[in-house]
Amino acid sequence: MILLCRRWCAIGLLAFSPLFVGAAQAQLSIEIVGGAGAAIPIAIVPFGNEGTWPLGISGIVGADLARSGMFRLVDTNGVVPRPVRAEEIQPAVWRSRNADAVVVGSMQPLPDGRVDVRFVLSDVVKQSTLVSMQFTVTPQQFRVTAHKIADIIYEKLTGDRGVFSTRIAYITKQGSRYQLLVADADGNEPQSIVASNEPLLSPRWSPDGSRLAYVSFENKKPVVYVQSVDTGERRAVANFRGSNSSPAWSPDGRRLAVTLTKDGGSQVYMMNADGSNVTRVLTSPGIDTEAMFTPDGQWLVFTSDRGGTPQIYRAQLLTGQVERLTFDGSYNVSPRPLPDGKGMVFVRRDGGRFQIASLDYATRQVQVLTSGPGDESPSVAPNGKLVIYASEGGGRGILAAVSIDGRVKQRLVAPASDVREPAWGPFPRQ
Amino acid sequence: MRKYLWIGLIAAALAGCSTTPSTEAPVDDKSAAGTAGAGGAQTGGAAGGGVTGSATGSGASGNPLRDPNNILSKRSVYFDYDSFVVKDEYRPLVEAHARYLQQNRSARATVQGNTDERGSREYNIALGQKRADSVKRMMTLLGATESQIETVSFGKEKPKNPGHDESAYAENRRDDILYAGE
Repeated sequence: MILLCRRWCAIGLLAFSPLFVGAAQAQLSIEIVGGAGAAIPIAIVPFGNEGTWPLGISGIVGADLARSGMFRLVDTNGVVPRPVRAEEIQPAVWRSRNADAVVVGSMQPLPDGRVDVRFVLSDVVKQSTLVSMQFTVTPQQFRVTAHKIADIIYEKLTGDRGVFSTRIAYITKQGSRYQLLVADADGNEPQSIVASNEPLLSPRWSPDGSRLAYVSFENKKPVVYVQSVDTGERRAVANFRGSNSSPAWSPDGRRLAVTLTKDGGSQVYMMNADGSNVTRVLTSPGIDTEAMFTPDGQWLVFTSDRGGTPQIYRAQLLTGQVERLTFDGSYNVSPRPLPDGKGMVFVRRDGGRFQIASLDYATRQVQVLTSGPGDESPSVAPNGKLVIYASEGGGRGILAAVSIDGRVKQRLVAPASDVREPAWGPFPRQ
Repeated sequence: MRKYLWIGLIAAALAGCSTTPSTEAPVDDKSAAGTAGAGGAQTGGAAGGGVTGSATGSGASGNPLRDPNNILSKRSVYFDYDSFVVKDEYRPLVEAHARYLQQNRSARATVQGNTDERGSREYNIALGQKRADSVKRMMTLLGATESQIETVSFGKEKPKNPGHDESAYAENRRDDILYAGE
């Protein structure tokens, strides 16, 4: 409920802030479906002076942490006086509310219009200060700063890097109108990258987050484009006779793997990111597609029907050696390598249900993460802890996310449009 | 749940007064502008709609491709689930188009493959391509030349029938044959 209120308040304020109206698109709102049993109870105390600005920071920090499923927000109402500095935190007060950690902070306007933002993360069990930091930012940077603070808290308390400062790309369909959008990982500040009256699909972030490769039907057939997220400049990089689809970036961002049919059948090719120097890398009598690079850049993981049913294989680029990775079931597709290089997430069909699952390369163990029935297009967060995917709800496409252990699920719902094809962007450039 | 409805409403209102960011790339749409947000508006797909455009090929006595009494006006080949085999009932249709291409060497055709909505979008692009390729293979065996026919796939992206039942799926597992200029 706390989370619901925070989101409601934040979006309500947004509506009255002329600053953000220009950026507004169909906003995704987030609903947490399941929670981790072992969530860390944390109190995020509203920062001192925060009410001076229409958009604060502590609310966004709290929403980020709660959304991860790794944290449970502890009610901060009624704690008087409200602590804003480390020495003002009374551990006993927070222990009585079952909080393990407390975040306090302050915001002070500076003469030049910028704002001095400070926060402290305190462990009230051990009664020690874990983090104490200061930022000087403009009010326009509040949201970015809040995500950064959430990342710092997340990493300190879980040991894993946070993904609150990352972005997601996704496709919406409204009537006959398709849009490729980029938004913050919490669904805020959606920006339209490209719009068309023909289908768009398969957005893929370049490793540095500056470009998106995607497939567009605007020429009445699938063609692969690469577009700069910042400038909007774009070019068709694969527009050969037949169909051109399934782009994937090499880890160094210099090359793309694509599926082309120019020589007959759907086969995997490699090209430079500008579309030059096209070479075929795989050969099979049937379908090869959905190729993705492993994080070390040495293998392509891909879907093929060479064995009679669609299954996932990997090919070593240096030797051409191919090995099959999935054996269980008659339909295993859409492989997405995990950032630690040890496994992948994919889509499996179980009876008539399409579900998201993970596979550990070493043990060959499959873990089913979602129940379906129509789950597809998974994309793994850069810290490997969350998977965003396309699902169904209320008769239309929605986005959903599940933790890599399958315990925490959330739904991201946009009003009045079908949402599909999510792609989780990389960590921001430092 | 109620709160989400409200959030949705506010967000929808915001979306309504939004401006187009400068980074949005223009896309050259052939269809009419101003359809954004039009509820229920459906494009018929490239295969639908009336056949206009100038016809390639012969025939002072009307265009056989547009003559409803001519088998050449039939353009769709339907497939079984998970199948790429051209069923016997569509052989006469494919043979007629192959013969037309053989007799009109300047004619150019596109075979567009489609799938039902089940499964991966990208894998369905490949499945649709395989269906288009199987019609092309039959046509070239029957006398059309390779260069006369381009095969492309729409996967599950442009369903002719937007339904979610077996009859809709059957309608969407389909190849459409189009001629240049149509």
